[in-house]
Amino acid sequence: MNIIPELPANKIIKLLKRKEISVEEIVLAQFKRIDEVEDKVKAFISLNKEEAINEAKMWDKKIHEDKKIPPLCGIPIAIKDNICVKNEKTTCGSRILENFSPPYSATVIDKVKNAGCIIIGKTNMDEFAMGSSTENSSFYVTRNPWNPETIPGGSSGGSAASVASGEVTLALGSDTGGSIRQPAALCGIVGMKPTYGRVSRYGLVAFASSLDQIGPLTKDVTDCALLLQVISGKDNKDSTSIDRPVPKYLEYLIPDLQGIKVGLPKEYFVTGIEKEVKESVLQAAKVLEDLGAKVEETSLPHTEYAVATYYLIATAEASSNLARYDGVKYGYRTKEKTNMIDMYKKTRKEGFGDEVKRRIMLGTYVLSKGYYENYYGKALRVRTLIKRDFEKAFEKFDVLLTPTSPTVAFKIGEKIDDPLKMYLSDIFTISANLAGIPGISIPCGFGQNNLPVGLQILGRPFEEETILRVAYAYEQSTEWRKRKPEI
Amino acid sequence: MKEYKIYIGLEVHVELSTQSKLFCGCKTKFGAAPNTQTCPVCLGLPGVLPVINRKAVEYTIITALALNSRINKNCRFARKNYYYPDLPKNYQISQYEEPLASGGWVEIKANGKTKKIGIERIHLEEDAGKLIHGEIKEDKDFSFVDYNRAGIPLMEIVSRPEINSPEEAYEYLVNLRQIVRYLGVSDCNMEEGSLRCDANISLGEENRMGTKTELKNMNSFKEIREGLRAEIKRQYELLSRGEKVIQETRVWDPKKKKTFSMRGKEEAHDYRYFPEPDLPPLFIDKSWVERLKAIIPELPQERFNRFIHQYGLPEYDAGVLTESKDIADYFEECVKFFPKPKMVSNWVMGDFMRLVKKEDMTKIKISPASTADLLSEVEKGTLSTTMAKEVMEEMFKTGKGASQIIEERGLKQISDEESLDKVADEVVKENPKAVKDWQKGKSQAIKFLVGQLMRKTKGKANPQLANKLIEKKLKNLSG
Ligand SMILES: [Zn+2]
Repeated sequence: MNIIPELPANKIIKLLKRKEISVEEIVLAQFKRIDEVEDKVKAFISLNKEEAINEAKMWDKKIHEDKKIPPLCGIPIAIKDNICVKNEKTTCGSRILENFSPPYSATVIDKVKNAGCIIIGKTNMDEFAMGSSTENSSFYVTRNPWNPETIPGGSSGGSAASVASGEVTLALGSDTGGSIRQPAALCGIVGMKPTYGRVSRYGLVAFASSLDQIGPLTKDVTDCALLLQVISGKDNKDSTSIDRPVPKYLEYLIPDLQGIKVGLPKEYFVTGIEKEVKESVLQAAKVLEDLGAKVEETSLPHTEYAVATYYLIATAEASSNLARYDGVKYGYRTKEKTNMIDMYKKTRKEGFGDEVKRRIMLGTYVLSKGYYENYYGKALRVRTLIKRDFEKAFEKFDVLLTPTSPTVAFKIGEKIDDPLKMYLSDIFTISANLAGIPGISIPCGFGQNNLPVGLQILGRPFEEETILRVAYAYEQSTEWRKRKPEI
Repeated sequence: MKEYKIYIGLEVHVELSTQSKLFCGCKTKFGAAPNTQTCPVCLGLPGVLPVINRKAVEYTIITALALNSRINKNCRFARKNYYYPDLPKNYQISQYEEPLASGGWVEIKANGKTKKIGIERIHLEEDAGKLIHGEIKEDKDFSFVDYNRAGIPLMEIVSRPEINSPEEAYEYLVNLRQIVRYLGVSDCNMEEGSLRCDANISLGEENRMGTKTELKNMNSFKEIREGLRAEIKRQYELLSRGEKVIQETRVWDPKKKKTFSMRGKEEAHDYRYFPEPDLPPLFIDKSWVERLKAIIPELPQERFNRFIHQYGLPEYDAGVLTESKDIADYFEECVKFFPKPKMVSNWVMGDFMRLVKKEDMTKIKISPASTADLLSEVEKGTLSTTMAKEVMEEMFKTGKGASQIIEERGLKQISDEESLDKVADEVVKENPKAVKDWQKGKSQAIKFLVGQLMRKTKGKANPQLANKLIEKKLKNLSG
């Protein structure tokens, strides 16, 4: 049973189908692993052991009765703590929602449960998904399993660390500007942000509504395809989800890239990028060529405006999305007895952390009379230009290849006092959110201090299957996924 | 004394009578226990998303079409950001730069002439909840929130400042409400808050508006007229003294009959509107609009004209009958069964409408066919008008048919000359004084004698016949 924490879901399912293992054994093995390493990783905000074991027993009974087994039967999954699970605490990593339990589940939760997944717990994150290191959690910092002195990335740092450390098989995260792909890269696992509208956002606590998207964090590309299959599709509760057929992703996982055209946008190989990161990605491009792909340099000329554009749009939406946390209806309320206006002020002052306050203020400012046109209005126009860059590139290329993050995992505390430096961690991931296109990060080597490097593959809207195909072919012809952190 | 031109613009909020709220499936019934018609969406819980109610959009399109407005093919929702405990998300989903419809007009009569009041825009938005301040001792320090109303669809109709007197404003509102009710998209009940109205007022010159104030808290059309008059008077006095009007929001105090400045809360707000990212732009295609155009009922003005021409009714009758769609429908149904429009009109405008006032039309138990039956009995002379009133009241209460009630209560009029002749004889014999009076030339005496006859027959005698017989007897006596 000790091997369970090392296996991807697609291997565990095989064991289960051959009846070599029970669901209860799978779940107990994961909780044993959690007992061993969680103190060092601190990936979880809450754990769900009792309920998980009960569900495991329920599935075992069904398997025993030879009932039809769903695709991810018995697979342990961790959920980022900004995705609502009915009657379970959903904190968003914030004091203001410390004791909040929603009376409903997110659509993705219903979907993974119907697919047989067993929810192990809720994972740590930067408060309201605002951050790139999980240091902005109101509770504690999650450690990178490869080196406990470094950050796991963010904001889905808990989800990434829980998968990388073998505490759980699968995890769900959310990606607003790179919050799935960047921690996946820094923790040496696979993480995907689907096309905007591919996965329902219903029940995902909003940070920036026009950018947020839920996606998988997994041990390999096959698992990513499996989990994406389960969570994708139109949801009537989310008007921004799109009604398009969901392809059978597994069918696209072939170890061959004949006819695939790969672009290398030159703007992603310049400023601030670590030498080892750049080399790993260029090396990966060679591997793709060997697999039959045609690789060429290309350009996304508006890339340099992406970070500024992102921080105007994301903060504007956030300032409005987070207005509801006022102490009136639920969540934290100041203990001081006071009048209404002061109750608002004190509740939000005490309930929110610095980064959240910073972004609320910035967002409020850019929407204000007299500034709207110059900031928010202009950002919307630049967003269109960035989108057009990609449309143009995708006329010629099937996918684009870039580094996921300019650096490997950095030290805890290194950038926390320098927001602008921190914001640059997302420099390569942000554009995909602005353009609404899908992207994946997969391991492609090791850089400074032997820390993992991530390769980002971006694709056309609603063509996740092409990204998965390229990612799979690369993964299968390299050995990176086989290296595990020693904790 | 200087003359000023009055400029008034009205913002009317109409609560649409959809079954469910604008962005969730919650019920919209008025008067439910607090917070029983709520769900995570209208309570603004973290992570929920709005889904637009198609019916609410259609109701707004229908209204826009009826008001001659232009439907915008692409419209968007926007967030209006402000903090208040009755607003669950601390932003209201409304429309800003791209409303559902623009332009259009409402026709009114002003100084005997027809005048068009222009409409600026029509848009759709969600209502807020309601704050209830603690009244009993333990609750004095608290306010309570009822979110039943939060998320109910509101249609906002904004007029251009083309209304030039409080009377025109009143007329505009009456006509607008009539149209909206005809369309069946709202009951426009001001007491239940399903119609609310704010006003902008300024005094200016012929082609130039003055500084405007916004006026709130008027709870009936009459209060709106009064409030406007008071505010105009206030502004007039200020200007006459050479002082300036300050642009501000004012509230009408119906007790003091004055408007007061509303400092604080509503002032100098920056709502930071921006496009609602949770709802994609709403695309309203031509065929959808065409389909809705086809189901718009005949509007009050057209119907008024038709009633005059088709039924030969006087303007007054046509006006009263077409005031409400339900009454007009009822009238036309009756005429189908009893094709004497003027008689039906008299009846419907009189006793029928008096009874309807007590109940609403949906609860009326008398079918038009039944009313037609009743009228034909009156026409045949089998039922007196007084009796008919009684029968109708019974019909209202029980829903029984006219002939059944007449039968059961033995109300049939006595038009049989032979039997009445006997009674007439008795009456003349028993009242010699009245007979003498008549002979002396007091023509009034005949009325008394007829009254006696009616009493003896418990009111069932045919009055014309009774009159005729008494007169005959008197003439015979004087012979
Ligand atoms: Zn609701």
